[in-house]
Amino acid sequence: MVVLTTALLVAAVFTVTLMAGQTFYPLDDVVRVVSGEQVPGASFTVGRLRLPRAVLAVVAGFSFGLAGVTFQTMLRNPLASPDVIGISSGASAAAAVAIVTLSLGRTQVSVLAIAAALAVALLVYTLAFKDGVAGTRLILIGIGISAMLDSLIAYVLSRAPEWDLQEAARWLTGSLNGATWEQTTPAVAALAVLCPVLLSQARNLSAMQLGDDTASALGVRVERTRVTVIVAAVGLIAFATAAAGPIAFVAFLSGPIAARTVGPGGSLLVPAGLVGSLLVLVADFTGQFAFDARYPVGVVTGVLGAPYLIHLIIRTHRAGGSL
Amino acid sequence: MTTTHALAAEDLTLGYGDRTVIESLDLVVPPGRVTAIVGANACGKSTLLRSMSRLLVPRTGRVVLDGKSVHRMPARQLARTLGLLPQSPVAPEGITVADLVGRGRHPHQGMFARWSTDDDAAVAAALEATDTAGLADRAVDELSGGQRQRVWIAMALAQQTDLLLLDEPTTFLDASHQIEVLDLLTDLNRSRGTTVVMVLHDLNLAARYADHILALASGRLHAAGPPAEVLTGDTVRAVFGLDSRIIEDPVSGRPLMLPIGRHHVRPSGAHRDAVPDPAGPEEAPGREREAACPEPGAAR
Repeated sequence: MVVLTTALLVAAVFTVTLMAGQTFYPLDDVVRVVSGEQVPGASFTVGRLRLPRAVLAVVAGFSFGLAGVTFQTMLRNPLASPDVIGISSGASAAAAVAIVTLSLGRTQVSVLAIAAALAVALLVYTLAFKDGVAGTRLILIGIGISAMLDSLIAYVLSRAPEWDLQEAARWLTGSLNGATWEQTTPAVAALAVLCPVLLSQARNLSAMQLGDDTASALGVRVERTRVTVIVAAVGLIAFATAAAGPIAFVAFLSGPIAARTVGPGGSLLVPAGLVGSLLVLVADFTGQFAFDARYPVGVVTGVLGAPYLIHLIIRTHRAGGSL
Repeated sequence: MTTTHALAAEDLTLGYGDRTVIESLDLVVPPGRVTAIVGANACGKSTLLRSMSRLLVPRTGRVVLDGKSVHRMPARQLARTLGLLPQSPVAPEGITVADLVGRGRHPHQGMFARWSTDDDAAVAAALEATDTAGLADRAVDELSGGQRQRVWIAMALAQQTDLLLLDEPTTFLDASHQIEVLDLLTDLNRSRGTTVVMVLHDLNLAARYADHILALASGRLHAAGPPAEVLTGDTVRAVFGLDSRIIEDPVSGRPLMLPIGRHHVRPSGAHRDAVPDPAGPEEAPGREREAACPEPGAAR
């Protein structure tokens, strides 16, 4: 029920973002453009500008939300989302270097982003590993690595010959400005392949929430599940980041929001993905039109995410948690 | 739930890193009975249990279930026959009792399979058997230690395995909850024929509740058999390095171990003879305290 409602909400906001903007187009025009007809004016504005942007918002949001909740579930910690522990920064830094410094093409950028995201995941995991992976250590190491990578991104951008504010915003906080089909397609393809992979692991993941020993006793191949899930989630993060930048806190926020709407027990993977899509769509629309200046989507999600991060740290600290 | 399964270890050597914990050990778990694994701290009890439920790959030898090595069986198939309750399982924050117990159905469900009426029945039966049906909608983290342990056992029951392995199911529980949990496991064994294998710290509770005792000493099986045979002064000395006197438990008729430490022991070896105490009623309360105090379960 919740899934259906959220999905309808995503579809509604998606349609509104296609219709509304500096020029308003009625639903009728939008439908005609989407179904391939030529409509003077609308074909360019809706078909070439708004549609790829809205699709990227849905796909990147879904990818971040799904990958984020997967990490949070697997590591049994709401702070352990890929944007907090440096994986998004890894993909972002690689993409920034690939585009700004090496001037590589789209495919190469995606490949490099995935390689870097996997390398960061492996690095954080290895550094945090000591008789198993403890949540606090992994998160602190991840935050440290994330900070290092962010300064690398800042350095790369400051050395860039063609200083471009749009690019800077994309690689530091994430932005959908100037989204094109060329940019959006790899992220769509990655989601189409990796989402089913993660969904097939949903039940194994919920068993792994009970601890590795209990999960194995329930017949889960823990190591195999962990590797599959990490590779698939990191892949989603990398492709979405290569297209839209590390849209701040979407991976981190979607899971907990989905958990509050779904209630205990149900699988959070699809709900978190939908919440991610909704967050990015609404935040991008707000960033574009709610203020006198146009802000990239990551600025809006960052404003939402930062207080929640602080709240979470204070709450776990009060509850006598490990962090 | 009536099929009996043969679980055994053959020439099993286990270890972590370059430390060997269990060395070329052979043992047989009697089907349909309650077996307790006892031994001193760090003698490899939990390691042995982990290996029997394939959480640990043996260095040499194998754990055999119905003639097949458990480490070669498909994980899901094994999980339908053999269940394990680890020593400190983790409950996700806010999870309800019903949801936790439902996760025990994992090995019976396909990758995308929907929750079935079989699953409902198994969860209801597990809640019923552990007397936790009234807690079904409560959050696990709100429960008392004894309730929580019953809920975890309910989860293992929902798995509907003929063999149930438990790693120290009574640790961190007070005396009444320890008895409650062990009574529950006995009920299961008697009513369903479930083979129970548990690691127990408390030798006297093991003697009381187990049909078969496996006594481990420094990585080897020192003795195996019914409590009356295994629980002797010699075994206690070899396994725990402790002097003791074994008497008949007046409650159960099983052996009862009274440890002999350096203090609170009557002089001149009076404790060694079985003759009724001539000292009179004044001394009697002192003796009771002697027996009760150093019980390993109480010390923990």
